[in-house]
Amino acid sequence: MLEEIFRDQWARVFAALVSYTGDVDVAEEAAQEAFAVAAERWARDGVPDNPGAWLVVTGRHRAIDRLRRDRTHADKLRLLDRPEPGEEVTMDESALPDERLELFFLCCHPALADEAQVALTLRALGGLSTPEIARAFLVSEETMKRRLTRARDKIRAAGIPFGIPREHLLPARLEAVLSVLYLIFNQGYGDGRADLAAEAVRLTRILVELAPGEPEAAGLLALMLLHDSRRAARVRDGEIVLLHEQDRDLWDTGRIEEGQALLDRALARGARGAYVVQAAIAALQTEEPIDWPAVAALYDRLRELTGSAVVELNRAVAVAEVEGPRAALAIVDGLGLDGYRYFHSTRAELLRRLDDTAGARAAYRRALELATTEAERRFLTRRLGEL
Amino acid sequence: MRYALLINERPGAYDGLTADERAAITAEYVALMKDERMIGGERLQPAETATTVRIQGGRTLMTDGPFADTKEIFGGFYIVEAEDLDDALELAARVPAARLGGSVEVRPLVER
Repeated sequence: MLEEIFRDQWARVFAALVSYTGDVDVAEEAAQEAFAVAAERWARDGVPDNPGAWLVVTGRHRAIDRLRRDRTHADKLRLLDRPEPGEEVTMDESALPDERLELFFLCCHPALADEAQVALTLRALGGLSTPEIARAFLVSEETMKRRLTRARDKIRAAGIPFGIPREHLLPARLEAVLSVLYLIFNQGYGDGRADLAAEAVRLTRILVELAPGEPEAAGLLALMLLHDSRRAARVRDGEIVLLHEQDRDLWDTGRIEEGQALLDRALARGARGAYVVQAAIAALQTEEPIDWPAVAALYDRLRELTGSAVVELNRAVAVAEVEGPRAALAIVDGLGLDGYRYFHSTRAELLRRLDDTAGARAAYRRALELATTEAERRFLTRRLGEL
Repeated sequence: MRYALLINERPGAYDGLTADERAAITAEYVALMKDERMIGGERLQPAETATTVRIQGGRTLMTDGPFADTKEIFGGFYIVEAEDLDDALELAARVPAARLGGSVEVRPLVER
């Protein structure tokens, strides 16, 4: 119960304290202290009516206390020009500014390393602990702690701003935020770690709420929901199940409907960016029968937008359904994706359909060498055995 | 905040350019100097004119040339007073070397 409140409040409280102190370290420490005090007091006296405001005001007091103890630090902070926070926690929730959008832009600033952006976003906006993030990315706690510390140090030393980016920077900066969220989602989705995928969905929901005028953000949320709707059907008995073999009764229709509705709204507003197009593809793939010519056309559009060879590989899969495996293989063989496991499993599948057993066998073996999860390995091993 | 914009040039970036094209690029560098955020800046002589000094075992060792043989050569710097990193990065992106195969490193200064 308390844990849920904390999780919901963390990002807003932390954002408010970054804004107030102008320093991510001081804000982090003050927020943690405020939550520790709350854990003790609320467990005893019950949760106040204004938990967010209570935490922010308490955090402000803690930050000021720390700066009084540590004058050297204080001279460098804007805090000293700030009005003192009131002695009583009288602020109500509605007076609490929501600066989480600014926090998204801060954590996903392109001057930070990609992995640091991901870690910071999960820490600052998701409220995940350092050990939790370390586990999610399969690195030691020590490594993750260093990564976060280095990122916070750079934010301070390099003057990475806390605010909404200037108008001409906005599109690129929003794209940076979306790509971090998508990365988190894929990390959870690819490795079947539902908690991380769910966290990405939760954070993207918040972003869509904060930036309702950004259809690409809605497109990304739609894409995540549509992919996630098939989660229960993607793995059976520890083995990957291909789309056309999935048990549709296991699909989450609520998520499909929500994703479809978000997508329709984004399309109606004229959005045609990469996430919207990918969401449209995912939506088509939940229909029966699948409109493969439409899927191929959407991949064409996505190729124009991204110029990515991986997109071209996916387009080839759609082309195989429309024009047959030979046309698809001609596309695939022109791609330089030797280190990519799906390149080989796709080729293997096409060669199998063309009755080139030896070629298919070699391609499945290469895909097996590159497979990253047990579920993939099992699937590929079975396919290889069926040849 | 104050930042140094450290300009690294690709050797031969100007080869094959006409005199007019070179003059246009020089004009861009001069125009940047006029930006209100500029505190100062200098252009260095070519890397061939460098001498690198090291002290080893109490002896001063000198080598002809820059300290590292890299694909890019440090060619000059600006010192700017910017609002924040975004502001400094925007100036850095306007340095011609950045689009002529070189790069611009943006480094905050230690505030005394």
